Amino acid sequence: MRSFVRLSRRSTSPAPVAPPDHDPPVMEFRGVGLTYPGPPPVTALRPCDLIVRRGEFVTVVGPSGSGKSTFLNVAGLLDAPTEGSYLLDGIDVAGAGEAARAALRGRHIGFVFQSFHLMPHRSALENVALAMVYNRSGRADRTARARAALTRVGLGHRINAVPTRLSGGERQRVAIARALVARPSLLLCDEPTGNLDTATAESVLALLDELHAEGMTVLVITHDPAVAAHGERTIAIRDGVLAEQARAGVAE
Amino acid sequence: MTDKRRRLPRLRRSDELSAFSSFSPRDLFGESLAGMLQRPARSALTALGTVLGVGTFVAVLGLTATTSSQIDSRFDLLSATEVTIEDVGREQDEFAGFAFPDDADDRIEALNGVQHAGVYWQVRLTGNDTVRASPLGDAVGERAQILAASPGTLQAALPTLAQGRLYDDFQQNTAAQVALLGSGTAARLGITTLDTRPAVFIDGEPFAVIGIIDDVQRKADLLLSVVVPSSTAERLWGTPAEGGAKMLVATRTGAAAQVAHEAPTALRPDHPEYLKATPPPDPRSLRTSVTSDLGQLFLLLAAICLVIGAVGIANTTLVAVLERTGEIGLRRALGARSRHITLQFLTESGTLGALGGLVGTSVGVITVVAVAVARDWTPVVHPVTLAAAPAVGLATGLLAGLYPAWRAARVQPAEALRR
Ligand SMILES: Nc1ncnc2c1ncn2[C@@H]1O[C@H](COP(=O)(O)OP(=O)(O)OP(=O)(O)O)[C@@H](O)[C@H]1O
Ligand SMILES: [Mg+2]
Repeated sequence: MRSFVRLSRRSTSPAPVAPPDHDPPVMEFRGVGLTYPGPPPVTALRPCDLIVRRGEFVTVVGPSGSGKSTFLNVAGLLDAPTEGSYLLDGIDVAGAGEAARAALRGRHIGFVFQSFHLMPHRSALENVALAMVYNRSGRADRTARARAALTRVGLGHRINAVPTRLSGGERQRVAIARALVARPSLLLCDEPTGNLDTATAESVLALLDELHAEGMTVLVITHDPAVAAHGERTIAIRDGVLAEQARAGVAE
Repeated sequence: MTDKRRRLPRLRRSDELSAFSSFSPRDLFGESLAGMLQRPARSALTALGTVLGVGTFVAVLGLTATTSSQIDSRFDLLSATEVTIEDVGREQDEFAGFAFPDDADDRIEALNGVQHAGVYWQVRLTGNDTVRASPLGDAVGERAQILAASPGTLQAALPTLAQGRLYDDFQQNTAAQVALLGSGTAARLGITTLDTRPAVFIDGEPFAVIGIIDDVQRKADLLLSVVVPSSTAERLWGTPAEGGAKMLVATRTGAAAQVAHEAPTALRPDHPEYLKATPPPDPRSLRTSVTSDLGQLFLLLAAICLVIGAVGIANTTLVAVLERTGEIGLRRALGARSRHITLQFLTESGTLGALGGLVGTSVGVITVVAVAVARDWTPVVHPVTLAAAPAVGLATGLLAGLYPAWRAARVQPAEALRR
C-alpha cells in the first residue's frame, strides 16, 4: 500500500511546484553543496536546490571535472554533503550516520557504474543476488528475484555465465539487474554507456527507457549530449554549478 | 517488478534511519569462502605456513608425550618398585664396621610394602680370584665376579632358572658351600648339566652348583657372577672391610619411596646415617628432562613457523584488500557497513588459519603415529593438544587479518568506486 505520510516541513520549504499527489519527491536537494576539505579546499558542488519526482528520467551533463561524480556521490549517499539538507524519499539524510546511510543506500538506491563493478568469479545470478545480501531480504527468495531481474533485462538465458564470458552490453545489463533487484526508488547511473560502443549503448539506453516507462525513477550522469537527450529533463553542471537546461528542439 | 507500488518505502519513515544493514553469519561465510576460492592456489600457499607451524607443534608435543609414556611404562614395571640400600658407614665413621645387622633381610621384609629384600656384596679375594671347575691347578680357570647374596636378594631379583633351584634359608643358615651360576658363566666353565653334580672351586674351596640362572628381571650382573650364600662368604672370607655391601629391596607398586624412607632406621635404629637408601627416580622428573632438551628447540621452531605463517596470511590478505578495493566499494554501495567488510576479511584470514591448523594437526598426528610405529611405541597425543592446535591456527589467522581488515574497513566507497 502507498504510504501517505507527509513531511510537515514541506509547507515551509521554498515552494517547489506542488506535486499532484501526496508522494514526496524521490530526491530533494535544499541548498546541498560539497566542499572537499583540501588543502586547498575544492568546492566541487555549489549549494543548489533540486527536485527529482517519482517516475522521472533526469540526465545530468557536464564536461570532465565539472562535478558530475561528486553530484552522484552525494545523491547516492556515498559522500555526505558539507552543507544543506537532502531528502531521499522524504527522509532527511543529511544528518544520518555512516551505518544509517549504508542501509539507506542498500534499500533506496540502485547504482550502475561505467566500469560495471561486477565480481569476476561469480555468476551473473550471484552478482545480482549480492544486492540483497545486506538488506535483510530472506535467502529463500533471493535466487528467484535475481532470476526475475536478469530475465527482465533480457539475460534469462545467461544466468550462470561469469562476467568474463559476457559482452560489455551484457555486463551492463547484469549490473542494471543488480541495481533493480532490491526494488530501489532511484536508479543512479554514472556514465552507463561510457565503456560501450554506439549500438550496444543504444540498447542499454533503450532498456533504461523501458524501465522508466514502467515507472522507475532514473538519473543518468553523462558527458554525452546524445545520451542526455534520453532524459525528460537535463541538468547541466559546470564548475560545480547545477542549472536546468532548456530543451532546444524538444517541445515542452 | 518495477511496478510503482512495490518501490515505495517498506519501512515507516521514522524507522528508516535506525534500520541498519545486516549480514547473516551464513552469508558472511558464503562470501568469505567465495573470496578465498577466487584464488585457490594462493590461499593454499598462504595456509602452508600455518600448516607447518601447527604441524610442528603437534608433532613435538605428541612425540614428547609418546616418549614420556614410554619411560613411564618402563618405570611402572620394575624400577618404580626397587629400592637399593647402600652401606656408607665407612664414610661417616672409619670404625663403623659392617653396617647391615645379621637379621637385615627380616627387618626389611617386615616393613609394610616390601615383597623381598636381601643383602649382597661382591667378594674380593686377596690372591687368586679365578673360579675353576676342578681342584687341579691346571684345570680351566675363569675370572668371574663372586657375589655373596642372601636368599632374599635372589627372590627380589626375580630370576628364571635354566636348571636346578635357588638356595634357601636352610643353606643360608648352615652356611652351606653351594653356588648358583649365571648361564654365561656356567658355559664358560664348561658346566652344561647339573646331572653330574658339578662343583666349582673358589679360592680352593669347593662349592656344589645347585642351579643355573637363565635370566633375571633385576640386578642383571647376577648373570655374570658366581653367586654364593652371604653367610658362607662371611664364614670363609669375612664381611667386606672397605664397605660396598648393598641391599636389594623389591616393594609393591607405590611403596618404594616410603620404604626407602623407613629402611635405614629399621636396619640401624642406632645409626641410620650409616645406610643410604635410594628410591627409584621419579618418572616425572625424568619426563621433564626429556621434554626440556630437544622439545624446546622444536617448539621454538614451531613458533617461528607460526609467525612466518601469520606474516604470510597478513601479506596475502593485505594484497587482496588492495586488489579488491572495487569490490569493497561495490559492497558498500549495496548497503554493507564498514564492519561487515572488516568481518568478511577477518573471516577469510581466520578460515585460512583454521584450515591450516586442521591440516597441520593431521600432519602432526601422522608424524607421531609414523615415528611410534617405526619404534614400536604406543603413540600418545594429548587430547588438549588436538583441541588446541586448530584453535592456534584460527588465532594466528585472525591476528594476521586484523590489520588488513582494518584497512579494508577504512576504504571510502566513493573513492573505491571511482576506479
Ligand atoms: N576527493 C577529492 N578531493 C579533492 N578534490 C576532489 C576530490 N574528488 C574530486 N575532486 C575535485 O572536484 C572536482 C569535480 O570532480 P568530479 O570527479 O566530480 O568530476 P566529474 O565531473 O565526475 O569528471 P569526469 O567527467 O572526468 O569524471 C574536480 O575538480 C576534482 O578535481
Ligand atoms: Mg566522473
